[in-house]
Amino acid sequence: MLRYALKRLLSLVVSLIVASIVIFAVIEVIPGDPAALILGVNARPDTLAALRTEMGLDQPLPLRYADWVWGMLRGDFGTSITYKTPVAEMVADRIWVSLPLAIYALCLSTLIAFPAGIYAAARRGRAGDLGVMGATQLGVAVPNFWFAMILVLIFAINLRWFPSGGFPGWDEGFWKAMKALTLPAIALALPQAAILARVMRSSLLDMLDEDFIRTARAKGLSRRQALWRHAVRNALIPVLTIIGLQFAFLLAGGIIIEQVFFLPGLGRLIFQAISARDLIVVESVVMLLVFVVIVVNFAVDLAYAAVDPRLRTGR
Amino acid sequence: MSLLAISDLTVRFGEAKAVSGLSMQVEPGEIVAVTGESGSGKSMTALAIMGLLPKAARADGRIELDGQELLSLPEPELCKMRGRAMGMVFQEPMTALNPVQTIRDQVAETILVHGAGSRAEARTRAAEMLDRVGLPQDRFPLNRYPHQLSGGQRQRVVIAMAIALRPRLLIADEPTTALDVTTQARILDLLKGLVDEFGMGLVMITHDLAVVSDMADRIVVMRHGEVMEQGPTARIIAERRHPYTRALFEASDHAVDLPPAPPPGPMLELRDVVRDYRLPRRKLFEPARHMRAVDGVSLTINRGERVGLVGESGCGKSTLTRAILGLEEVQGGSITLDGEPVFTGHRPNLSARRKMQVVFQDPYGSFNPRHRVGRLITEPFHLLPSPPKGADRDRAIARALSDVGLTPADADRYIHEFSGGQRQRIAIARALIIEPELIVFDEAVSALDVSVRAQILDLIADLCRKRPLGYLFISHDLSVVRSVTDRVLVMKSGRIVEEGRTETVFDSPAHPYTRTLIEAAPRLPDLDRSAAHAT
Repeated sequence: MLRYALKRLLSLVVSLIVASIVIFAVIEVIPGDPAALILGVNARPDTLAALRTEMGLDQPLPLRYADWVWGMLRGDFGTSITYKTPVAEMVADRIWVSLPLAIYALCLSTLIAFPAGIYAAARRGRAGDLGVMGATQLGVAVPNFWFAMILVLIFAINLRWFPSGGFPGWDEGFWKAMKALTLPAIALALPQAAILARVMRSSLLDMLDEDFIRTARAKGLSRRQALWRHAVRNALIPVLTIIGLQFAFLLAGGIIIEQVFFLPGLGRLIFQAISARDLIVVESVVMLLVFVVIVVNFAVDLAYAAVDPRLRTGR
Repeated sequence: MSLLAISDLTVRFGEAKAVSGLSMQVEPGEIVAVTGESGSGKSMTALAIMGLLPKAARADGRIELDGQELLSLPEPELCKMRGRAMGMVFQEPMTALNPVQTIRDQVAETILVHGAGSRAEARTRAAEMLDRVGLPQDRFPLNRYPHQLSGGQRQRVVIAMAIALRPRLLIADEPTTALDVTTQARILDLLKGLVDEFGMGLVMITHDLAVVSDMADRIVVMRHGEVMEQGPTARIIAERRHPYTRALFEASDHAVDLPPAPPPGPMLELRDVVRDYRLPRRKLFEPARHMRAVDGVSLTINRGERVGLVGESGCGKSTLTRAILGLEEVQGGSITLDGEPVFTGHRPNLSARRKMQVVFQDPYGSFNPRHRVGRLITEPFHLLPSPPKGADRDRAIARALSDVGLTPADADRYIHEFSGGQRQRIAIARALIIEPELIVFDEAVSALDVSVRAQILDLIADLCRKRPLGYLFISHDLSVVRSVTDRVLVMKSGRIVEEGRTETVFDSPAHPYTRTLIEAAPRLPDLDRSAAHAT
């Protein structure tokens, strides 16, 4: 088990190095000199050259890459061109909205999807199954911002249970912040839950056709007992894969939902940075997202091993 | 009163009958074999007794276990009987166990689900049962997972699960079909011992008549869902009253009339062949470890010679086959066909490759379902420098198909339109079409029913009469190898441990391993002698 974990950890480090090189290279290749961008079109050549020296842009590429990576390791992400503030500060503000929101949405989606998927699989072909499958079809088809608007209409405007948007910050108290994140989390979670429930159901149905389920039934287990005790754990592998992918999406892909609820999240930050050609911010935020995604994948790999003993002792 | 009494059992799938009007009894301590070819309804009978028929099936009639009628019993009551009053062992030990639970937990579950003890008691009983079926704790720790066990060991775990509560009736559906002969012999011994010890009734579903005549007290012969004949084993074997029973026994014991082999002249030559596989490193900076699958094998196959290769799974026979066919590079020694190496540089040598063809075991998996037969059997043409085209190609297809007993018109059909036996004929046509000097039959008849198997073996002998055909016949079934080969090689742990004329090796094996193999193989009793005895 330990050897497996160490191996995955090694592959995590390698992935991070490769990803950082790619991101750095892409930003370099994109036309547009950051120094020229700051000074504008009418800048004098000597001013431009001076700024380039000051920003280190005249250094050779490998050195600049090393500088960039070393800076990030110390928590220095550079300074935003448009806002003239340290990128680290901007990201730190946003991540405390986006990360809790993503985790909140993922928990909700799992809590909805598992029972729904298991319920549907246990009633394959019957009314309950058809009902759940119809609902998930709808969940996959309807975009999350539409859910968001409906939720605001019902729970914020009519019932006034939740705020319709904005984020008070964690300093205002845990519950108040959670309350502000609830409607966005539900809107994000519903389509994800629909996908996850369908994966759970089909994975379970595959398992129910396996020989070991028949063996379990021959031991005297009822259909339901065989499903819970033997099929569910075996069905988890594909479900875990999807959960890993969904987390990455929820972290950065919530931009429309952030827009609908006026949340100061990472999605909005990256959108603004791209619009303003603030490449230093883009570079740092993308690297941060890649880091989180790779770490989540590492966690998913460990979860695989927890579920399936063949991965622990195998190669 | 019988332990199990089935009367007039009919299993229907819509209009089609899988079992019709079956009646049979099993007494305590008795072994009853239900035998027949695929589609005879023997497995459906087993599932009907357990109440585990597929949803689409409907069963009528009466099945009584200890006087308790089962077919009309509601599902919760049936659950209470399964595992407690009746247990079942399945064919595929590799997939019959839950891969993510330890073997102790899976055996203990039988006890727990019936509330027959606390968790601690269940675990103790599970350990006792595993010990009884030949998996003692000191060699097989209870926290092993199924993937850490071999097929035979897994089958022992399945048996331990089925007998944990000492059911009165045990049903075994082809329990040894997927296992090697020596493993099969041990599992059959185990089952026999358990029947004696517990006084269980055993219903044994099997297509293997040799196993049947070895084990069973009584035989039920089925065909197309109907019982052809049933009675005490000795009488059925001696009299073979029903024509189908007679045909089955004759097909099982089929002797092929091979023409004499042409004078020797070396064709395929292997010298000190070594095939290593790299194993994953256990430590980060450890030198790579290797597993030697084929260890210094030297052999010669002469032109037109029929050679058998026998050995148990994992002995290296598949690896050796792949090396001979030039599919994988070897790490030492040489393989030449007519003096030409099968592998040159790091690539297969086409001019040697086109003199060899192979027929695989699975007639269902070895064809692309989206191509017509004409295209399927001409696949080897890509090995030729100038493949025949147009009318020549059609003539080649027609001849290959007629050679294997099909018609030229079959070239336009798809593979799903053919039965298993016909597919194996098509596989042989595909091998024959470029008139190779050597054909490798890799377990080519193992998946076939006995009567179909007999026809395919006759076909092979027939082809040998038409033109000189040399082949390497790889099989775990010793009786088949005996009937279709001139010479036999016995392989164990990557080495050839014995070779010689087939008759000599089988009649007076020199190596202890060959003796073990031959003794473990179930044998049909001498039919003529038992018939004479009966009259």
